[in-house]
Amino acid sequence: MHELAITESMVAAVAEAVGVARVARVRLQVGRLAGVVPQALQFCFEACARGTTLEGAALQIDEIPARGRCRECGAELTMNSFVDTCACGCIEVELMSGQELRITQVEVEVQ
Amino acid sequence: MCATCGCGTTEHVHEHGDGTGHVHEHEHEHEHAHGYEGDYRIVTLEQDVLAKNDRVAARNRALFGARRIAAFNFTSAPGAGKTTLLEALIKQVGGRFPLAVIEGDQETARDADRIRSTGAPVVQINTRTGCHLDAQMVNAAVTALDPPRGALLLIENVGNLVCPALFDLGERAKAVILSVTEGEDKPLKYPHMFRAAGIAILSKVDLLPHLDFDVDECLSNIRRVNPTLRVFQVSTKKGIGLPAFCDYMASQVAMTPA
Repeated sequence: MHELAITESMVAAVAEAVGVARVARVRLQVGRLAGVVPQALQFCFEACARGTTLEGAALQIDEIPARGRCRECGAELTMNSFVDTCACGCIEVELMSGQELRITQVEVEVQ
Repeated sequence: MCATCGCGTTEHVHEHGDGTGHVHEHEHEHEHAHGYEGDYRIVTLEQDVLAKNDRVAARNRALFGARRIAAFNFTSAPGAGKTTLLEALIKQVGGRFPLAVIEGDQETARDADRIRSTGAPVVQINTRTGCHLDAQMVNAAVTALDPPRGALLLIENVGNLVCPALFDLGERAKAVILSVTEGEDKPLKYPHMFRAAGIAILSKVDLLPHLDFDVDECLSNIRRVNPTLRVFQVSTKKGIGLPAFCDYMASQVAMTPA
């Protein structure tokens, strides 16, 4: 259920940033291993946006793949979970990306 | 609603203001904004969604630092023994330094009542529909508790191995508790929490003779998710491992930087 609290935070942050302007679209980066389900964000967004300057806006979610680097051999790999292991057999993979949860852009109506 | 919690839908039909709709399963490009006429401008934000929570968490952390308070955020599935562990810890270390406790639950003040009977100051937070504590709730509770300099602050989060992983409360570390009745695969199933944790407690180890739980496999699973996580094996009922855990917590108070 944390997607609801996260969506509320996002709507509040956007509303605060754009002031009175009506919002047409919000672009969000969600990493593969951010611990957030994009579909659940979409589901919550409409309800959270109601009655705010974001009402009726589109939520565009850009999913960011997770990339890791092996601490042993230095190879880089795409990760689908925290426990993905390197082809060399090493289990210690440093996560370089994939935990993003960022509002990147907002499209607002020009008055 | 939250697919992570298993309590809802993972896909749905989205209706646009202009009467069109689509199922959110596929990539699509929006050619237009919905229901608006006129021009649009792009505002670049580049802001973390949880920036507000993180700001309040930073404020909590600064307060804890200024007062030399060691704050720990205890998380686990419901019933793993968070409150029982805190009661045992309080009985062991009470009197050596000031204590303060924040209890988080959806409903009831049962846990706060249990802690209060140990003599430790406690504030209960009821999150109602909420599934985790956030930094603002903790900030309000800390204001009410007003823990003195050099205190150990124990924050018991809502019983949930999913959501609390994402919310920084300003604590020094998250302490995740896993009871041996839950199964050795839980670190792999809930990796976000075990990755976010600074220490782990394997609880109810007195039950091991009655279970098929493989401790080595569990420890190996923990290491796969978080190679440096320190694990305490504890039974509050039999007192197993309790001195080591309590000594560690006491050492955390002593080493709190000025």
